[in-house]
Order: sequence, then C-alpha cells, then structure tokens
Amino acid sequence: MSHEISEHDVIVIGAGGAGLRAAIAAAELSPKLSIAVVSKVYPMRSHTVSAEGGAAAVTREYDNLDAHARDTIFGADFLADQDAVEAFVAEAPHELIQLEHWGCPWSRDADGRISVRSFGGMSVKRTLFAADKTGFHMLHALFQTSLKYDHIVRYDECFVTSLLVEDGRARGITNVNLYTGEVMVLAANAIVLCTGGGGRVFPFTTNAAIKTGDGMALAYRAGVPLKDMEFVQYHPTGLPGTGILITEASRSEGGWLKNKDGHRYLQDYGLGPPTDTPTQRKMELGPRDILSRCHMQEYQKGHTFEGPHGHYVHLDLRHLGQELIDRKLPFVRELVRNYVGIDPVYEPIPVRPVVHYMMGGVHTDMDGKTPLEGLYAAGETACVSINGANRLGSNSLTECLVFGARAGRNAAEYASGMGTPTSNPLAALARDEQHRLDSQFFKKEGGSERIAAIRTEMQHAMEEGAGIYRDASSMGATCEKLRELRERFSRIRLEDSSEVFNTERISALELDFMLDVADTIANGALLRKESRGSHTRTDFPSRDDENFLKHTLAYRTDEGPRLDYAPVKITRWQPEERKY
Amino acid sequence: MMATRPDPAGLYHPAMPATWWLRKRSYFLFMLRELSSVFIAGFLVVLLLQIAQISSGEDARAAFSAMLRSPGWILFHGVALAFAVYHSVTWFYTTSIVMPLRVRGRELPRWLFTALNIGAWAGVSLVILILYLALPASA
Amino acid sequence: MSERTITLDVTRYRPHQEAVPTVQSYAIPFPDDWVVLDALNHIKDQVDGSLSYRWSCRMGVCGSCGMMVNGEPKLSCAVFLRDYFPRAIRVEPLSNFPVIRDLVIDMSGFLDKLKSVKPWIIREQEKPLSEGEYLQSPRELDAYQHFSQCINCMLCYAACPVFGLDSGFVGPAAIALGYRYNLDSRDHGTAERREVLGDHEGIWQCTFVGECSVVCPKHVDPAAAIQRVKVDTAKDWILSLVMPWGQR
Ligand SMILES: Cc1cc2nc3c(=O)[nH]c(=O)nc-3n(C[C@H](O)[C@H](O)[C@H](O)COP(=O)(O)OP(=O)(O)OC[C@H]3O[C@@H](n4cnc5c(N)ncnc54)[C@H](O)[C@@H]3O)c2cc1C
Ligand code: SF4
Ligand code: FES
Repeated sequence: MSHEISEHDVIVIGAGGAGLRAAIAAAELSPKLSIAVVSKVYPMRSHTVSAEGGAAAVTREYDNLDAHARDTIFGADFLADQDAVEAFVAEAPHELIQLEHWGCPWSRDADGRISVRSFGGMSVKRTLFAADKTGFHMLHALFQTSLKYDHIVRYDECFVTSLLVEDGRARGITNVNLYTGEVMVLAANAIVLCTGGGGRVFPFTTNAAIKTGDGMALAYRAGVPLKDMEFVQYHPTGLPGTGILITEASRSEGGWLKNKDGHRYLQDYGLGPPTDTPTQRKMELGPRDILSRCHMQEYQKGHTFEGPHGHYVHLDLRHLGQELIDRKLPFVRELVRNYVGIDPVYEPIPVRPVVHYMMGGVHTDMDGKTPLEGLYAAGETACVSINGANRLGSNSLTECLVFGARAGRNAAEYASGMGTPTSNPLAALARDEQHRLDSQFFKKEGGSERIAAIRTEMQHAMEEGAGIYRDASSMGATCEKLRELRERFSRIRLEDSSEVFNTERISALELDFMLDVADTIANGALLRKESRGSHTRTDFPSRDDENFLKHTLAYRTDEGPRLDYAPVKITRWQPEERKY
Repeated sequence: MMATRPDPAGLYHPAMPATWWLRKRSYFLFMLRELSSVFIAGFLVVLLLQIAQISSGEDARAAFSAMLRSPGWILFHGVALAFAVYHSVTWFYTTSIVMPLRVRGRELPRWLFTALNIGAWAGVSLVILILYLALPASA
Repeated sequence: MSERTITLDVTRYRPHQEAVPTVQSYAIPFPDDWVVLDALNHIKDQVDGSLSYRWSCRMGVCGSCGMMVNGEPKLSCAVFLRDYFPRAIRVEPLSNFPVIRDLVIDMSGFLDKLKSVKPWIIREQEKPLSEGEYLQSPRELDAYQHFSQCINCMLCYAACPVFGLDSGFVGPAAIALGYRYNLDSRDHGTAERREVLGDHEGIWQCTFVGECSVVCPKHVDPAAAIQRVKVDTAKDWILSLVMPWGQR
C-alpha cells in the first residue's frame, strides 16, 4: 500500500496555546510558507481552554524583569535554566501585549490598562487575567486570529502516531484521520511539537481527557530525550471526585484554606503570619508544591475532613462577597454550583491536592530546538527549562506564548533555508508505521485485556509510587507494575473495527503513549535521591545540590529508559535555601 | 484553511419533520406569534373597509355595522384581540432584547423593561379610552 | 454513596454499515454525582468500546460534548443523571447537524462560517507593540464581554429551526462572534463584516424564535446579538439613503 504524501514547510503538532502561537509566528515570517497544524481535537477544544487564573509578565512600573526571573528560579527550586528564564521574562510582556492587540478580552483597570493580580510565589502583582477564564479567552483569541492566515492549513481531528526520521532529521509525520480511519503522511522540513502535558497518567487530575503526553512519547520514540520528567505538580485546590480545578486566583483574590477545625493551617508550616488580605508569597499565596505537602501533613495529623472521595479541606471565599466573586471569579462560582451543588458565596468549597502540570518534557534549548534536527517543541510538552522542579502558577500560559513564538519562528527560518521538502524517503517509513498500526491496533485479532483496566491500573500505580510523597520501595513497585502493564498491553482487546471516528483506537494509542511517559516519570523519580520542588522523597528529605543540581535526561531503550544528566545553567542567582 | 473534513458519503442527514413546531412549547409559541399577524392583518382589512364605508352613505355604513355584530365577526374580533395582545406583549419583550436599556452602565433586567413598556402601553390605551368616553358622541 | 440504576437509550449510527441510526439501551448503575458524560464513559470503558462521542475538559468549557439529552441540547458533562432518574434518558446527536457516527456530528460547516464573519481585530492602523496595549475601559469591555463567552458548543444551532431548515444560515454563534468584534472598541471592521452578516444567509434569515439564547450554557445570548445587528444594519442603511455622502 502506498500513501499520498502532503508537503508543507512546517508542521505544527497541536493547536493549543503553544501550537497556535507557533503557527502564527511561522505564518508571519513569510506568506510563502505552508504551515500545517495537526490536532487530534478542534483547536478550540485544546486543553489551554481550561486555564483559569492568568498569565504572568512584567507590565507595571513597580515591577522589574529581575524580580520575575528571581521568583521563577526560586519557585523552581533552582532547577531552572537561568538564561532561559531571563529570555522568558524579557519577552513575556511583548507577547501578552501582542495578544491584547489580537483581541484577547483582558480584564481592565478603571484607567483602561490590563489588570494584574497576585499569584502564588510571585513577589508582586504581575499576573494578567481575563476574569477567571484566561486560557479560554487566550485560546479563542489565538484561534480566531489564526483564521486570518490562509497559508495555515489545518488538519483537525487527526491523531499523530509517529515522527518520521531519516538521516538524523525529522522529516514528516504519520497521522490517523479520524473521519476516514486512514493513515495520512505529511512531509515538512521542520516540525514543532506542541502537544501539551500528560496529567492523565494519574488517576486524579485537573487535566482534560486529551492530555495523554502524546508528544513526549513521540519525541522519545524518535530518540529525543525527555527532561526532568519526575517533576509533577500537584495543585492544592481541586474538587474532590472530579478533579476540576479551583483556580489559584481564588486565593489571590483573598480566599482562605481552612482545616476541619476552621483553622488557617498554613501558618503552622512556616507560611504565616496569617493576614486578612493576602500577602505576596505568604500563607495561601505560597507555592503549589509546598501547599500540597501541607495538605498531606494535615491529613496525616487527622485535621482534614473525610468525604466520599477521600480527605479534603475548605477553601473559604465567603468573606469576599458576591460582588467580587461575580466580577473576578465567575467561573469558580459556576463550577462549584454545578459540580458540588453549593454556592461559594455562602459555603466553603471542599478541595484537595490534584495532579495539575508536568514540569518535565521534551528536551529543548532556548530556541525550542530539540537534539533531533528539524524537530522543535514548545508549551507544556517541552522542557526548556524555565519551570525546574516546580512551576509558578501563571508562568505556563506565558511560556506557551514566548516559546511557542520562538519555536515557530525558528522552525520556519530553518525550513525556509531547506528548499522544498522531499518526500521520497518517507514512503518506506510510512509503510513501516502502517504495518505497526495494523498489527498492533487496527487489524489486531483476539486479545483479552481491556484498555480501561490497564489505564486504571497504571494511574493508580503512579499515584502510589510517584505521588506527592515518594520513597524507593513504592517507586520500585511502580516501575515493576509499569513493566507488567506494558507486557499486558500487547494483549489488549479492541471491540471496534470500523474506520470512521473510531475513538477506541485513539484511546489505545494514547494508552500506548502514556505507558512510555509514566515509565520516564517513575524511573526518573527513583534515581533522583533528593527532595526538590515537587519531588519529595521521604527517604531523602533534603535537597542535594552536590549531586542533583542537574537535569535528568531519559532516553528510550528497549529495556526501558536510560537515564543521563545535564548541568543546570546558572547565570546570576546562586542556589540558596528555598524559604518563603 | 481546513484540509480534513468528514466524508460526505457516510454522513447521515436527519430531516426536519413538518411538525417540528409541535415538538417544543417555545417553538409552538413562536408559530402562534407568526400566526397572530394573519389575524391582525384581517382586523386591519376590516377596519379599512369600515373607514371606506363612511363615504358610501349612512345606509351602507349601518348595514356594514350590523353585519359586524354577527356572532361570527364578534368571535373573529375576540380572537384577533387576543392575538394582538399576545403579539404586543412578546413584541415588548423583544424590544428589551433588541434595544436594552442601560442604567448606570448596567443593563436593566429584561422583565422590568418589558413591564415598563407594557405599563406605558396600558397607560396610553387608558388615555385614549378616557378621551373616547369624554368626547361627545357627535358623529 | 447510594447507587441506583438508570437506563440510557443511546443513538447509534455506523456509517457505511447502516442507512439510518438505531437506538441501543444500556442500564447503568450510577452514584449521585455522575453526569451523563460519566455514564457514556462507563459504557465505553466497561460495556461497549465501540460507542463514539466527543469530550475532553469535563468542566463545561471546551465545548466538545454537546448532545441532545431527552430532546434538549445540553453539554453532557454538565447535566446530572440524578435529575432524570427514575425515567430513562434519551441521548442523541445534536439536532440539525449531519451525523458522522453515533453521537458525533459534522461541524465543519460552522468553522467555515466562523471564518466568514472575520472574528479577528481589524484595524485601520496598527499600533506598534512597543507603544503598549490599546486602552479599554471596563465599560468598553463590558459592551462585548458576554458575546465573547462562546465555547462553540453548537447547542444554539441544534435549537434553531431556521438552521434546521436551511443549513446555509450563518447562525447564532457565528453571528454573535462577528458582532462581538464589532462591539470591541479596538476594532474597525464593522463595515467589512456587514457583507456576511447582512447577507441573505445572515441576520435576515433569523425569524427570532429565541431558543438559541435559552439553550446557551454560557449565557452568550446570540438572539440578542442577531437582533441588534439587524437594528444596526437597518440604521446604517437608512442613514446611507438619507445621507449618501456621509458613508465611509
Ligand atoms: C485546569 C487548568 C488550569 C490552568 N490554569 C493556568 C493558569 O491560570 N495559568 C497558567 O499559566 N497555566 C495554567 N494551566 C496550565 C496551562 O493551561 C497549560 O500548561 C497550557 O495551556 C498548555 O498548553 P499547550 O499549548 O502546551 O497544550 P494544550 O493546550 O494541551 O494543547 C495540546 C494540543 O496538542 C494536540 N495533540 C496532543 N496530542 C496529539 C496527537 N497525538 N496528535 C495530534 N494532536 C495532538 C491537542 O489536540 C491540542 O490541540 C492550567 C492547567 C489546567 C489543567
Ligand atoms: S452561543 Fe452559546 S450555545 Fe451557541 S455555540 Fe456559543 S456557547 Fe454554545
Ligand atoms: S467535555 Fe468540555 S464542555 Fe463538556
């Protein structure tokens, strides 16, 4: 069987905040370039749509770039690359203004300027927001603006299954067209991965169903290392049961966290003193990793509530009043009313820590370049790294813009220098991929394992071994379990043999990717024998700069990940103890 | 530009049944509003004829008036009145949507705006009624 | 938590295999806090892996999961089984759209319409980024903000009989989004958008049934947008008759 090959200059995989920004940047470089945007869901369904709280950048006189850089590096527990952080904070204001020019309905002050709010771990108010639907408005503004460019060609509802690598260069992709079930082949001189995170490897997450780490696995299988995968952020305030996020903005607007005795317990963990109105970086505005650990300690002390979905504490907004809640946190009110059945104006919200964000991802440099020539990555799927061991809230939307634009521009420049993409070598590669897909998924006969069963077991193993608190024995057990699941995965049963909109196949392909991603997280965690940022080991409770002030790099081998390490770039901020 | 679209051959196109407007109360009320215009138009035609009769002499006018007193015509006018009221009320509600009233930067609640409109309408009708009753029935 | 069992009658359609959709019933045990989408996920994971539907965020913001639930267009992640119990629930693909498979509708037509209303800022003159943001007062923001809340969930199209009778109608969400930009103090594109909005497939198709605004989960009120575009367009038309020289 031979495939028709569509040629483009640049392929962007993913149409969330990072992907659309990359596509527009590439499109603006030259109208002669043909930019393909491939996404497994319609662009406006991408997970960026769920982001609530805001996007950080220095836009006020009282603020400065060094302060933003320092907060970010400090929050990252010094695992961030400082040159990347400096570039990030420097370009952030420009990118957010650009989005304003593209129509994003930012919330405004009385004088007409874009409003800013406090956010966890930030030393001043610098987070721009559009009520509490910032990601939604950013994504729609980007998507609607992207419609302007006729040379952006969208492949909507196409699931990418592999990167085609020839002569050490990324030259194309294969993807399943959901409408027909056929495998399509796209060729290009440069490819940008913007496929988002993979929170769905855990059972309880704020992440949407599509966040299955596909891009990380795609790169990993193409020989690109994944960086710092062991760092997984728990957000302290998710709704029990669903995992729906209650944004940090609810705390920056003044919400309080209280245990079952009505006590603002964070003061007992060195985050005090409690004040009535929020203080930057203190109490409820502490960083997420620390707040999540405080919750777990309260639980161990028996100070949390117990409900049908486990332990929880209260996030109390009542004192903020209806007017403020409706103006600044309308979505929080809507979500809590719909999904908990209470009104936060009158009752405290039950919350607990929930998996939220992956600091790790595809290893890139500051230009979004990966070690594989022609392959770029940006957004949550990439690890530049500016987030190090713990991301500060509201940095990642900005990261999508800054590094999305960088990756898109650099990919387009690289592609323009390469002439027309050649598709000759791809036919054979595509045939191999078709064969793999047919034998493992599409034409697979028999099998006994349910996709959902393996997925659920993987998720629980991850929570057990790679949750908020980790130790060698539980992580070892998780790694073992993942090996077992990988083996069982080869025996999955597929019930749906039709070609049109076969979502069962997609679930199987996603699970295949997730098993790889989970493996890198668990193995990375096992070998990092220290506690840093979100990675907390009960058997190695302190930070160890001597041995572990370095990035983990996981390379794929048939026997599982092979781990290597790379130095962290320090420019002006020497590591010090991280105390708030 | 979109490169991928569903295969038209496999699509199922549901047909709208002719009775679609019976499926939902709101659709039915909408159809009633559309229908109301027929009755209002009918009433206006009768009114125009009545005015035309004025110039055709006393006898013709009396005969026409007598005809209008038949139960059928009274029923017609009753129904037309009901439709006119229905149409007017929904029209006033519509106005509140089309031209919202803003008071100190906030949109006035629609029911309130509608109620104000209806109140004003009732007021004007009342004034006309009073004038009608107060003026000597000379003609 | 108490578990009860509810019946879901789900529309199935397998293209190329059957000419018309059929209905399949599933009895689903459910806890109190399950939404319709949870039941579908349960079916897919445990009972019948071949059921197809779209979903992602499960928090009412991505707009993927619109379906007819007992004849009403709903986000299936936002309606609770308990509110229908003990009656059975009928789950169908959104009305008025071609069906690709099971509960998956073809919405590519909407994406064409969306593009046609030019939903982006059109400026007579761009301000360089170095000069910062366009100032916009909270009141100016307020003027268009609720029309910008559209999640493209297509519920309004499923509720619109005009769209059901004529699939070429630009329709509620796309018109509301075009109007959203007209109202934005940063935008100068009203005249350009009039070509599409004022076209015979645009606002004048609307007979104001008003259901789009009733079913909209985000209170966008597209019906109001359409009627206001009508008023604006008519006003401009009359002005152009009275003062033909005053036109831009
Ligand atoms: C509930 C929530 C709230 C958040 N709030 C904030 C906040 O307030 N501030 C902040 O800074 N950050 C926030 N974040 C984090 C931030 O939203 C994300 O990190 C960011 O949106 C990721 O964007 P992205 O473009 O990298 O990926 P996404 O938006 O996830 O997009 C991924 C894209 O890749 C495509 N894709 C994936 N796999 C494939 C495949 N195999 N084939 C084809 N296409 C594929 C998808 O279709 C999609 O278009 C929040 C996150 C969550 C979960
Ligand atoms: S206007 Fe409302 S109902 Fe229509 S697509 Fe937008 S959000 Fe959905
Ligand atoms: S799943 Fe996103 S709106 Fe329902």
